[in-house]
Amino acid sequence: MTRELVLSIYVVILAVFTGYEVISRVPSILHTPLMSATNAIHGIVLLGAMLVLGAADTPVLHVLGFIAVVLGAANVFGGFVVTDRMLEMFKKKPEARK
Amino acid sequence: MILDTRANIIAVAYIVAAVLLIFGLRKLSSPATARSGNMLAAAGVFLALAITLLDRSIVTYWELALGIVIGGAIGIVAARKVQMTAMPQMVGLLNGLGGGTAALVSLSEYLRLSMAAPVRGGEAVSVVLGTAIGSVSFTGSVVAFAKLQELLSSKPFQFPLQRAFNGLLLLVILALGATMVVGGDTATTPWIVFAVALALGALLVLPIGGGDMPVVIATLNALTGIAAAFTGLVLHNQILVVAGILVGASGTLLTLLMGKAMNRSLGNVFFGAFGATATAAGGAAAGGVAKTVRQTSAEDTAIALAYARKVVIVPGYGLAVAEGQHAVRELAQELEKRGVDVKFAIHPVAGRMPGHMNVLLAEANIPYDELVEMDQINGDFDSTDVVLVVGANDVVNPAAREDPASPIYGMPILDVDKARNVIVLKRSMGTGFAGIDNALFYRDRTRMLFGDAKKSLTSLVEALKTV
Repeated sequence: MTRELVLSIYVVILAVFTGYEVISRVPSILHTPLMSATNAIHGIVLLGAMLVLGAADTPVLHVLGFIAVVLGAANVFGGFVVTDRMLEMFKKKPEARK
Repeated sequence: MILDTRANIIAVAYIVAAVLLIFGLRKLSSPATARSGNMLAAAGVFLALAITLLDRSIVTYWELALGIVIGGAIGIVAARKVQMTAMPQMVGLLNGLGGGTAALVSLSEYLRLSMAAPVRGGEAVSVVLGTAIGSVSFTGSVVAFAKLQELLSSKPFQFPLQRAFNGLLLLVILALGATMVVGGDTATTPWIVFAVALALGALLVLPIGGGDMPVVIATLNALTGIAAAFTGLVLHNQILVVAGILVGASGTLLTLLMGKAMNRSLGNVFFGAFGATATAAGGAAAGGVAKTVRQTSAEDTAIALAYARKVVIVPGYGLAVAEGQHAVRELAQELEKRGVDVKFAIHPVAGRMPGHMNVLLAEANIPYDELVEMDQINGDFDSTDVVLVVGANDVVNPAAREDPASPIYGMPILDVDKARNVIVLKRSMGTGFAGIDNALFYRDRTRMLFGDAKKSLTSLVEALKTV
């Protein structure tokens, strides 16, 4: 293992506890938006796809990288837009109902 | 290692992005702040993406721009156009996209690294897991999407020795992964891992029936997050690790909650082939006694509702299918005008994804303080005059409480059978996804109102206006 990998594993462990603490506060009425928001957040792998495609130097890497960028971009843009649409419905206060 | 200026800027931006993600998720803990939370998380992700363009290893930009424009346009158009009732499949599809990206990135990075020197040890473990988990999540999500979109039958699909075959595929992935970690692999090994994992993802989800979808969707959500985190480990990119793990934690928590709400373990959902055993058991039980159901009309139901003091509405997947959420809101409003106390009882696994009913009813503008969780409302059924079950089935089946032979025995349910009157809106006497006979339908206090949920609700509103 490289030193960088060891440090990354510390990050993993701390993130697990942070994630647990933060997510367990989300009430069940917001479970779908939570899932949809986290869906958009994992779209951040687009970042990895960008690094792969941007540095691609063989035809295979160009193809794989390009597909990855398209999928990742659809994930991240679509995810946040759809979550926002969903949450817009929730933000209405009960009194505001007609 | 001392970073140069450009690398410093990237590193600091990634740290800021991680903080934004955590605060964004934190704000999702209340409906009032959730929307700004989503915005914060989006700001974090887009900051990280934008700053990555500064990375020195990126040499060609036009391909990137083209890919992002194409993918982004598809994503935004789909997200704007999708119907709220199609939300489960949309969530499933987005999940799959992320899984596919993670798998491709892990595989590509391995190919690139191994051109310089063989990749072994911890790095190889991350590559194998990133590729395999991402691929399983990709095809699993695509199959889940196809089932929810009804491109594939939502009935469980099975073939002989399915579990043994899936186990074999998993072993192949692990064995080939091990050769990549310790050496001895060939140039084709990572491709085989990729291909076998793609097959495994599809085969794991195919045998799962529609009613188990909340667990499946939550599990796939967790898997994609974990795949993204492994991709981050491969790339030594901490923001990817943090984001992936946060998503993984969220998906895992939801999976456990859903499993608990169905009284089933994850293994049972993925390997139990629920539908098949249930049909056999349900059929046997139904064959025993001749049972009759009592039908009612919209007019009679309207009268019962109008003179009730307390009404509880139990929505299920059938309400979403019939797109009856607006009709049910009209009914609730009509009743409230008459001074009837109306609440909605939400079972955690009603629908096809976690929180499905909440989103559906929120779309129809039903205030969220009228939506009551199972544990809070179960004690109230004794004093409820009328329960209206709209398109729900298994989550109100008293067999889960009373009949140890039932396949759903032990699953926590909404105790609607304790109410004074139960009216079930249902298309026909067909059984639910699992083919389990519902004991509720034969109770003395139960009346059936057959027909399309939306039409029945609309005629109830009409009838109520004339009472």
